[in-house]
Amino acid sequence: MVWQWLHRWGSPRWFYEKTGPWVAWLGLIALVLLVWGLVWSLGYAPIEHKQGQSYRIIFIHVPAAFMGQGVYLLMAFCGAVGLIWRVKVCFMMTKAAAPYGAALTFLALVTGAIWGKPTWGTWWEWDARITFMLILLFLYIGIIALQAALPSRDTADKACALLALIGSVNIPLIKNSVEWWYTLHQPATIKIIGKSAMHESMLYPLLLMIFAFWILTAFALLLTTRVEILRREFRTRWVQDLLAAEREEGKS
Amino acid sequence: MSQASTPGLMRGFAASFRRDLLIGLRHKGELINPLMFFIIAVSLIPLGVGPESQLLARLAPGVLWVMALLACLLSLDGLFRSDYEDGTLEQMLIQPQPLYLMVLSKVLVHWLLTGLPLTLLAPLLGLMLALPAQAYGTLCLSLFLGTATMSLIGAMGAALTVSLRRGGLLLSLIVMPLYIPVLIFGASAVSYALDTNPQSVPLAILGALLALSLALSPVATAAALRMSTNA
Amino acid sequence: MKLQFDSLNSFIHMNGHGLYVWLAYGIAFVVLTLVLVAPAFQKRALQRQAKRVRQLQQDLARENYPSPQD
Repeated sequence: MVWQWLHRWGSPRWFYEKTGPWVAWLGLIALVLLVWGLVWSLGYAPIEHKQGQSYRIIFIHVPAAFMGQGVYLLMAFCGAVGLIWRVKVCFMMTKAAAPYGAALTFLALVTGAIWGKPTWGTWWEWDARITFMLILLFLYIGIIALQAALPSRDTADKACALLALIGSVNIPLIKNSVEWWYTLHQPATIKIIGKSAMHESMLYPLLLMIFAFWILTAFALLLTTRVEILRREFRTRWVQDLLAAEREEGKS
Repeated sequence: MSQASTPGLMRGFAASFRRDLLIGLRHKGELINPLMFFIIAVSLIPLGVGPESQLLARLAPGVLWVMALLACLLSLDGLFRSDYEDGTLEQMLIQPQPLYLMVLSKVLVHWLLTGLPLTLLAPLLGLMLALPAQAYGTLCLSLFLGTATMSLIGAMGAALTVSLRRGGLLLSLIVMPLYIPVLIFGASAVSYALDTNPQSVPLAILGALLALSLALSPVATAAALRMSTNA
Repeated sequence: MKLQFDSLNSFIHMNGHGLYVWLAYGIAFVVLTLVLVAPAFQKRALQRQAKRVRQLQQDLARENYPSPQD
């Protein structure tokens, strides 16, 4: 029974129609959480005595970095599922997720650089985690470029899925790099089990922002995947009818 | 066709190896290209940063490794291309021998004709960059392990882009992030030798990376070849 | 939990780090907005394309099967 239900999600039309109502809700929840998180982070979180007010950048930098890595893992997972069970929707999600993940990784790198200047004096430093985040950005760009370059859609899908899988070796390296090299980034302050090294008054807004970004990512992925479905299934009856109907709604 | 007449794994591997080696050796002009690039590129460094030997010695591990990496990268495009263009690759895909072995033999030949000569040439270029004496052994060992790993990893990229007519730049883009860990550990191994740190650590990691790529990358390369030829 | 800043001015100034904080948050806002708004534009382009396709189909149908009014 469950298998059958799972299998239905592989159909682009089913996916599109079922996720329709979710999009608005996710967007709303994401907005609420973000506003709450931003107000808390910018206005109420206490000052960090060593770093000053610029530490507030952490509330964007860390969530963006987590999401950049998370989206890549999702892409690798979708790629694997798509290759093994030949699910089209998985390939569409991989293609749709790549630019978003790249944007988040880029954001993590840029906010990290801006944070670095007043805090440690340099815009850029080649420490382990920054290097591997840069590698992650290059991996994303490689996947986007390969998608665009291969003319046959089937081949492009499968090749990018494979490339995403190959590159996923990088993610554990990023995670463990801060343990292996003692450089700019400190070892993990946020632990899932046990006491975190960060004070509660700063930890909670950070966790909230991470959760908010998570919901935002789900929202963005649904948006982009749905458009990709429309684009790929353009020639089908249901898409043509849908686009015509929505255009009529838009006009009236 | 009886079972006995299909060549076994080792015979298939040996036949593929011999063929690729012969073809590679016939185009001696192409073999020289990566080596010449290596020599010229390394020679440009002292001309660019100045001849002061202390500075050159500090830069030498990284420069030698980066240039060896680039030389490998340049030679990868032709790994599968000529076979793809004349249809031999498709024949290899339907062979009874596992594709893993065919890929492995191609990569081995590529390394023997590119990576190994680079490794052997490196000490000479180390002299040009005033590399201190204690680092030469580590330099050769790290390049020996590293160029093999780079041939294996690069084969994946070459397989993914073989169907593109001008896939060279895309190949570099795809392969570069995967090369970076190899580069980091290789160059740091040689730097450690300069500072008398234990260079066994990065060398061990290089060995581990080689073992990992030896096991996994021909599988990925084979899958990529199937995808590219079914375009 | 109390508000960390006394006035709007000190909020913007951020103890001298205002440029960095607002630059970072500003870039984040711009990037995220771009990424989230792009699908809407793409969908609109698809709608326009669908309209063109339907238009062409109708013209073709009219050509092949002329009705009494034409």
